Amino acid sequence: MELVSPGIGLIFWMTLAFGILLFILGKFVWPPIMRALHDREQAIELALHEADKARKEMEELKFSNEQLLREAKEERDGMLRDARKVRENIIESARIKANEEANRIIESATERIHFEKMAAMTELKNQIANLSIEIAEKVLGQELSNPEKDKAIVQKSIGDITLN
Amino acid sequence: MFRGYRRKRGLAPFFRFFHIFKDGVDKWLNFANIASFNSIDKQSLQHRNQNGMRTFLIITAFLLGSLRVFATGTEPADHHQATHETGSHSEAFNAGHMIIDHIVDSHDWHIASFGHTHVTIPLPVILIDEGKLITFSSSHFHHGEAAYKGYKIETDRKAGKGKIVKVIPGTMDTDPHAAKPIDLSITKTVIGIFVTLIVLLIVFFQVAASYKRNAGHAPKGLQSLLEPLILFVRDDIAEPSIGKHYKKFMPFLLTLFFFIFFSNLIGLFPFFPGGANVTGNIAVTLVLAVFTFVITTFIGNRSYWLHIFNPPGVPWWLKFPLPLLPLIELAGVFIKPFVLMVRLFANITAGHIIVLGFVSLIFIFANMNPALGYGVSPVSILFSVFISLLELLVAFIQAYVFTMLSALYFGMATEEHEHAHEHAH
Repeated sequence: MELVSPGIGLIFWMTLAFGILLFILGKFVWPPIMRALHDREQAIELALHEADKARKEMEELKFSNEQLLREAKEERDGMLRDARKVRENIIESARIKANEEANRIIESATERIHFEKMAAMTELKNQIANLSIEIAEKVLGQELSNPEKDKAIVQKSIGDITLN
Repeated sequence: MFRGYRRKRGLAPFFRFFHIFKDGVDKWLNFANIASFNSIDKQSLQHRNQNGMRTFLIITAFLLGSLRVFATGTEPADHHQATHETGSHSEAFNAGHMIIDHIVDSHDWHIASFGHTHVTIPLPVILIDEGKLITFSSSHFHHGEAAYKGYKIETDRKAGKGKIVKVIPGTMDTDPHAAKPIDLSITKTVIGIFVTLIVLLIVFFQVAASYKRNAGHAPKGLQSLLEPLILFVRDDIAEPSIGKHYKKFMPFLLTLFFFIFFSNLIGLFPFFPGGANVTGNIAVTLVLAVFTFVITTFIGNRSYWLHIFNPPGVPWWLKFPLPLLPLIELAGVFIKPFVLMVRLFANITAGHIIVLGFVSLIFIFANMNPALGYGVSPVSILFSVFISLLELLVAFIQAYVFTMLSALYFGMATEEHEHAHEHAH
């Protein structure tokens, strides 16, 4: 049966052809292809690995950034708080100082007023005394026998008058 | 048989299809009486769903049945008609003969015939007869009608049609007593092998060049077309079947895969330089299987041979005094490559037979009535196209299966059994 009986010639040529093909492809074609595929896979693997690492690093960086930000915020808040405290202190002390000053001014003013008032009062009393004596002289038409004594009496009576 | 097989990823559909197709082809061939192939791993192949197969089987059975009936039934009338018309050309159209003549090897490449003018490419005849090298062009045979230098192409089907034989000097009769010359002619199939070889070399040198040029970048052009196949062979055939030592088998497996795949595809192309039935020739598949066998035998490690001659985990009385199991295992060593050879040959041949069968239908019907021939032709063509498309798939599947099983055998031969009792069978 021709169909299922292998011919010697064909076996010979096929062995030769396939052997040559195997040799040529196995020597010049498959090694570079397999190597290139392997290298590319390695490269892709590496790239993926690197990307993963980079992502992790990014995350860490982001985390540390956040930490930094948080710290900065805290610091700022602290500074703000301090500043506010300082400001309050300054205001407080300024207020106290101002109060003191004002008090002092008021005090001295009061003192002065009092003093002026006293002076004015004394002046007034003297004036009144003089006027009273003059009036009394005019009224009596005569000089009093003892002006000094009278004057003292008047002075005393004026002193008794309480002037508000 | 499949003990070393570690299946990976979604190749189950391919496998299923392969089982179905193999089944159908086996039955078809049995029915056709062309050859009956009983492969040892049939049990493992036949347990699959056969439902869809039944229709296919019925159709082919019917077609073949009708083919034979018509071929024989019309012969006398046809004979009469033919002699009447041509006077000399008395052979009626015989589908079976036509198909076989198209499938088997030949000494010239027939392209077309117009009446009695045959357009063929004559091929060199190389003979070694009694130690002498004799070469001449096959055109001297005048398509088998003439003898040259004492040789002729046998025309008798019973005596091996197509073979070069010695004639009794001065006549056209075969010399029955002469020793048969060793025929190393460059036949149609040899040219087909060379065509595949050249195509493979051109394609893969280009691909290798673009790998060098394109190192580290995405594949381009031809390279990107073939890269998935290369990766398929590596990641889905070699690595899961062989394991960690797969790298040293890659050159052979890749060459094997692409040789079978490319010659299957080129064989489907119907015009010169395609169309030679390369992988559908048993000598070709024999050589491929022998390569696998030789490699398996030479790389087989200690535990591989131990498993054959002293299978662990089986009762002693299966090994002594009658070494039943060792004998079976030893037979398996030879049956495996034999099955490889037959499977590829039968599948590809079956595909060609079916296509040619459908084409023959046109002529069979035309012999009965020209109108009938015209009527049948669209159906025939449609079926031929369908089978051809199916053959495209088979071209890939058979390349895959052959490579896969080779890889599996290599895997078995190099497997290291650290816990032998686990692999008891």
